[in-house]
Parts: sequence; structure tokens; C-alpha cells
Amino acid sequence: METKTKISVENLNLYYGENHALKDVNMDICANAITAFIGPSGCGKSTFLKTLNRMNDLVENVRIDGRVCLDGDDIYDSGMDTTLLRKRVGMVFQQPNPFPMSIYDNIAYGPRVHGIKSKAKLDEIVEESLRGAAIFDEVKDRLKKSALGLSGGQQQRICIARALAVQPEVILMDEPTSALDPISTSKIEELMEQLKKQYTVIVVTHNMQQAVRVSDYTAFFLVGEMVEFGKTKDIFSYPQDKRTEDYITGRFG
Amino acid sequence: MISQKRKIADSLVYGLIYLCVALSVALLAGIILYVFVKGVSHVNWEFMTTVTSVLRGTVGIAGNIVNTLYIIVITMLIATPIGVGTAIYLNEYAKPGKIVSLIEFATETLAGIPSIIFGLFGMMFFGQTLGLGYSILTGSLTLILMVLPLITRNTQEALKTVPDSYRNGAIGLGAGKWHMIRTVLLPSAMPGIITGVILAIGRIVGESAALLFTAGSAKTLPKTLSMLFPKIFQSGGSLTIQLYLSATSEGDFDSAFAIALVLLVIVLLINMGTKWLAKRFDVSRIQ
Amino acid sequence: MNKKTIVEKTVQLGFFLCAVVAIFAVCSITVYMFLKGTPALSKVGVFHLLFGTEWMPTAADPAYGIFYIILSSVVGTAMSVAIGVPIALMTAVFLSEIAEKHVASVVGGAVELLAAIPSVIYGLMGMMILNPWMYKLEQAIYSGDATHQFTGGANLLSAILVLAIMILPTVISVSTSSLKAVTDSMRSASLALGATKIQTIFNVVLPAAKSGILTGVVLGIGRALGEAMAINMVAGGTVNIPLPFNSVRFLTTQLVSEMGYAQGLHRQVLFTVGLVLYIFIMIVNLILLRTRKKGVEHD
Repeated sequence: METKTKISVENLNLYYGENHALKDVNMDICANAITAFIGPSGCGKSTFLKTLNRMNDLVENVRIDGRVCLDGDDIYDSGMDTTLLRKRVGMVFQQPNPFPMSIYDNIAYGPRVHGIKSKAKLDEIVEESLRGAAIFDEVKDRLKKSALGLSGGQQQRICIARALAVQPEVILMDEPTSALDPISTSKIEELMEQLKKQYTVIVVTHNMQQAVRVSDYTAFFLVGEMVEFGKTKDIFSYPQDKRTEDYITGRFG
Repeated sequence: MISQKRKIADSLVYGLIYLCVALSVALLAGIILYVFVKGVSHVNWEFMTTVTSVLRGTVGIAGNIVNTLYIIVITMLIATPIGVGTAIYLNEYAKPGKIVSLIEFATETLAGIPSIIFGLFGMMFFGQTLGLGYSILTGSLTLILMVLPLITRNTQEALKTVPDSYRNGAIGLGAGKWHMIRTVLLPSAMPGIITGVILAIGRIVGESAALLFTAGSAKTLPKTLSMLFPKIFQSGGSLTIQLYLSATSEGDFDSAFAIALVLLVIVLLINMGTKWLAKRFDVSRIQ
Repeated sequence: MNKKTIVEKTVQLGFFLCAVVAIFAVCSITVYMFLKGTPALSKVGVFHLLFGTEWMPTAADPAYGIFYIILSSVVGTAMSVAIGVPIALMTAVFLSEIAEKHVASVVGGAVELLAAIPSVIYGLMGMMILNPWMYKLEQAIYSGDATHQFTGGANLLSAILVLAIMILPTVISVSTSSLKAVTDSMRSASLALGATKIQTIFNVVLPAAKSGILTGVVLGIGRALGEAMAINMVAGGTVNIPLPFNSVRFLTTQLVSEMGYAQGLHRQVLFTVGLVLYIFIMIVNLILLRTRKKGVEHD
């Protein structure tokens, strides 16, 4: 299969005030594949994920240099509209965070803020997105009910559907299953397999088995540095770096 | 393009928000400035230390200042122990149940009753039924009911921040509960209690509707020091009441603004006092 | 029983008695309001009193209709809330969502001070600044109108504006704290979908804080309904149908201006005015209790 680069990161550095949190990261992320970021907590993997849709802009005292190119365009270019960027690069969070409104309104939220008003069009998007997140059948009879009444696993799939509804190209997932039970986790993992056909999926996980199960590529982070990046098979079978080997064999972290 | 449309809508909303904020801030600045400019030239030693008298040709608010102080002292002397006592009962003795929710409901309700109703009730009950008439005592008794929730709530908040380990420590040493409350609880809760007391004083200084028909409007000073105590059974207008009368029936706007300035200064001092306490209180909690 | 237990028991009883004062106060206020407020109802007639539109208490053939007074209070409160709440909400949004810390503390401090200013000062400012403006407006609108009774600017509109200003601090501070209580994950979720900050605030944060904001609005209604001195100074003093440029009487100002000299039945009718106000306030208090409870359940 031919691989195409979706996001390319060049010499990316990030500072929280004095703290150098990401050190000279370089990486090409493939389209229509699942890339996993692993590493011990505090290694910078979540921070790195958030640089890809500029969610770090919201944090005070953050300074970033280097380039992050989406289809060749630098997203840190001054002309980049972050709202349009985030429409193209969606995000799913660690804790399911549906809005305190109906399931329907949750899914329709994104399309609405981007200017879609037609009821018919919204109905179509909502159904399509819920199907895309493999939760349509479970909730189709209660679309007008509050999303907060669903189980944690269902809420997380609602959040995925909500992200799909704005038709993103890339989906960032920040430890999407860490707050869920095993059954919900396996549902989400199956879903990720489906999603990569249409989208570029990037997932942060602290669960190495999950990275092995779902991802095509894996990057290993340690104290702000990207230690190793390659095909998941290779990383887990023949790690090149001693530190990667120590981590995946459970010697620390 | 949609993005462009959104940007314009956003800037309009931002404009609206800044406008509203500017309005709120300008209001305060405007009031302070206006009162200061109009009032400052009339506030002088004579104004503060004499009583308005046609015979002597003086205009002054000494009587109103004394009345206001009198009302504050009597009200707080009675309201503080009751309010603090209520909070201690709720926080330290009562077990959750009907009585507690009834007391809390009553406190909430008192806090929601407007001062004119307190005034009406005070006039009917303390003034007529108890026969105290228009007097400083009637006014003070009325205001006790009004400031009670303020003291109770602030004390409750303060008591909640005292860690249980303090209580257990004292009880564990064999101290009785009352001893523990006196020696451990009240001292640790003191900044919160004082905050409540200061806020209540602020409320009394600014109060007018509850005093009009209870404390009356007399502006005389007691003639001799020995007349000071009997004064509590006589009518006595506070600063706010005098401001109201100056601005309405007497049509003396110079005095009205002078009193407004005096009131504003008091209010500012009280505000600064509570702020300082809150800040200090937090600092000591972090340590 | 030894001495120590006796002391402990006595102290506990003392604290309990303190706590009962609040219950006792609310009960006696309620009883007195009804006791004094109801006789006039039977003497004048419930309908004539509450829905009568003529107020001539000192005429040879007196009339005691307080309908316009009730209506003025309702209209005045509703209009001041309609004007004050949007301004307060915008300011709360600024304080919680937009302002940097030091700016927020300055603006927040200003709001706190606004709350502390005595109502007679608001009244004085209204008389000196607002009324002359209103008079100019009145002259411009009704120039050459022979039927309009000029008020010199002391009218319903002035009272509404003063009330709108006076409820600002209450609504602002309650709304600000409920906006601050909304978790950041709601904001992140919305921003990550490509919503702008303003869209996020208005579509997610404000709705999520609605029960707290509602509490603030109800508190504002209570404050506006109960305010007496300030609006008595700016609203004129005639019992009138509540139109913007009419001089009007509210439930509260009716008490302030006539309680001092009213005698006999007139005085009893004023107690009924007090009772009507008290009932309105109790309704507001009960609604407040409801919204607060809902807020707690929601959390």
C-alpha cells in the first residue's frame, strides 16, 4: 500500500515558561493509518498531540517554535485560522466530555458553529456521524435525551461522533479509553480500525498492548524527547534504542 | 465565507461585552467622582461637629453621626452573639434533620426579606406592640433581624474551614466541647467572624428603609453625657435618613452630597477592611 | 450530673436558643404581616382594594384601589430585570471568560463596591443626573401635548433605570461564580470542534451555567421588588398607570411616602400594601430555593 504523509513535524520545540517540554521533535505522520504515541506520564506525548491542532494555544506561557505542516501548510503560520484548523483536525479527550445537552445537539454542535442551519442536512450529518462512531443503533430512539444519561463508553463514542460530524481529516485521541471499562475499550478499538479507512488517526495511550493491537506506527517519548518512531511491528520487535527496549519490556514507567 | 461572517459576529459580541463592562465601571467611577466634586466643599469641621439649628444658624450632622454609631453598637452587641451562636449550633451541635433545615430555611428567608418589610415589622412590633415608639432601640432591634443572616453565614463559612483535626485534638486532650469551642474553634474562625461583623456594619451604615419608621429622624445631640443612655429610647435619624430628608423634604442638596461623601468614605473603608482580612486570612491558611 | 455536664448542657441550650431566633423572627414577621394586612381587605373589599384603580385615601369619599401600585411594581421590576440582566451577564462573561487576572480583579472590585453603595446615594444620583435627562426627553417627546402631565423627569423610566443599575452587582457576582464553575473540559471540547471563543461561551458555557445564572436573576428580581428609598426619590409620587413618562408609586414607595402620616383605614390599607409586597417576596424566595436545589442536584 502506498503511504502518503498527512502531517509533517520539523524541529518542533515547546516551552512552558522556562520548562523545555518538547525537544526538537521531527516526525512524518501517514494518512489513513493509526499512529500511537507511547511513553511514561509526563513524557510530553499529550502535549505533542495538542500541538497538532493548536490546543496548546489556550495554555498560558506556552512558546512554540519549529514547523507543523498539514498537507504541506504550516499550521503555525500567522495566517492560519485555528477554528478552520480544528475543523480539519478533530480531537477526542481522555475523559468523555459530552455537552450537557441532548445527544442530537451534541453531534449537531460542530456543524452548527460552522454555519450549517438546514434541519434536513443536520439530521443527515447526525445519523451519519453516529453510524460512523458505531453507536447509532444504541441511541437512535433517544436522540432528544440528554447525553449525560449514557454510560461512559457510550459517552466516549458520542464524543467521537461529535468529532466526526465536522468531517475532519485527522482525529487526535488523547488516551480515549483510559477512563473506560474493558468492554467499552474494545468497542472503541474496533471503531478505530474502521476510522482509519477514512481518517488519519493519532492516539496517545499509556497502554502498550493497545498500541500493539491498534496502531500501524508508534512513537516513543521520554522526557520531552521523541526517542524512536517507526512501524509498530518493528518498534515492539526490534527496538533500536536501549531506552525504548527498557520501556516496552516494563523496566520503567 | 462562513469564517469571515463568524469573525464579524464575534467582534460585534466582543464590542458589546466591552461596552457593558465599561458601563459598570464608569457607573462606579461616575458616582464616586460626582459625589466627591459636589460634596467635598461642604464637608468641614463645623459640618461634622455641630447640629443643624435654625437658632444658631448652623448646618451639621454630628447628631446623625452619633445616632448611626449608637445604632451600630447596639445592633452588633446583640446580633453578633446570636449570629455566631446560631452558626456554632448549626455547625457543631445539630445533627442534620428537620430542625437544621428549618433554621437554615429561616436564615435564607430573612436574608431575602427587603429592608422596607423589616422597617414595617419593626414599627409594628417593637414600636407599637412593645411600646418603644420611634427610637434608636426600635431601629437597632429591627436591624438585628436584618443583619443576623450575614453574621450567621460568614461564621458558618469560617467554621467549615477549621479542620476537624483541631476539634479532635482538643477533645482528645480531655477538653469539654464548650472549652474546645472557646479555645480552639472561635480563635481559628475569628477572621471570618470579623469579616461578617464588618459586612454587617456596612449594611447598617447604608440602611435607610428599615430605619425610617423605627429609629425616626431626630438630629439632636444629647445635651449632657448623662443623657447619652436615655437617648436610646428617643428618636434618632441616621446619616442615610438625614441624606434622604436633605435631598427630598428639606431640599438642601449641599448637605445631601456632603453626607453622601461621608457615607462613601465609610463604605470604601469597610470594603478595604474586608478585602484586607480576606487576603490575610487566605495567606495564613496556606501557611 | 456533675458540674461539667451541667455547663455543657447549658451552653448547648444557649446555642440552640440563638439558632431559634431566626425561626422566631420569620414566624413573627409573617404573622404580623397577615394580622395587620388583612383587616383592610375585608373593610374595603378584596376586589375593590386589589383591583381598584382609584387611590384617594384622604378624600371625603375615600377610594383605596392599589391595582396601579401593584402593576407599577411588577412592570418596574420586569423592565429593570430586562435591562439589567443582559448587561450583568455580559460583564460576568467578561470577568469569568475573557479578562486577564489583574483586569478581572479591578472590575470585580468595582462591582463589589457598587453593591456596597447605600441606596439613598443611588437615589440622590438619580435625582441629580437622571431626572433632568428624563425631563429633557419628556419635553422633546411631549412638546405641545396638552394632555400629558409633566413630571420633571421623576417617572417610571427613571425608576427602572435606577433599579437596573442597582441589581447589576447581585446578578454579576452570582453569574460570574456559576460561569467559573463550568469545567474547562466543556470549553476544550467546543474549541476542539473549531468553535470560536465567543461561540463556545454562548453555546456551551452559558447554557451549562444556566441554573446558577437563573439564581442570580431571581435574586435580582427580589432586590428590585424590595428596593424602596432610591426609587422613591426618582419615581415621582402619584398613583398612576405604569407608563414610561408617568409619575408612579410602587408597593415599596407607597409605604415610604405615606406610612409617616396615614391614619385609620388609610394606615390599614398601607399594611395591606406591605402584605402584598411580602407575599411577592415570599414567592420569589421559594422560587430561589427551588432553583438553588436544582443547581445542587445538577452538580
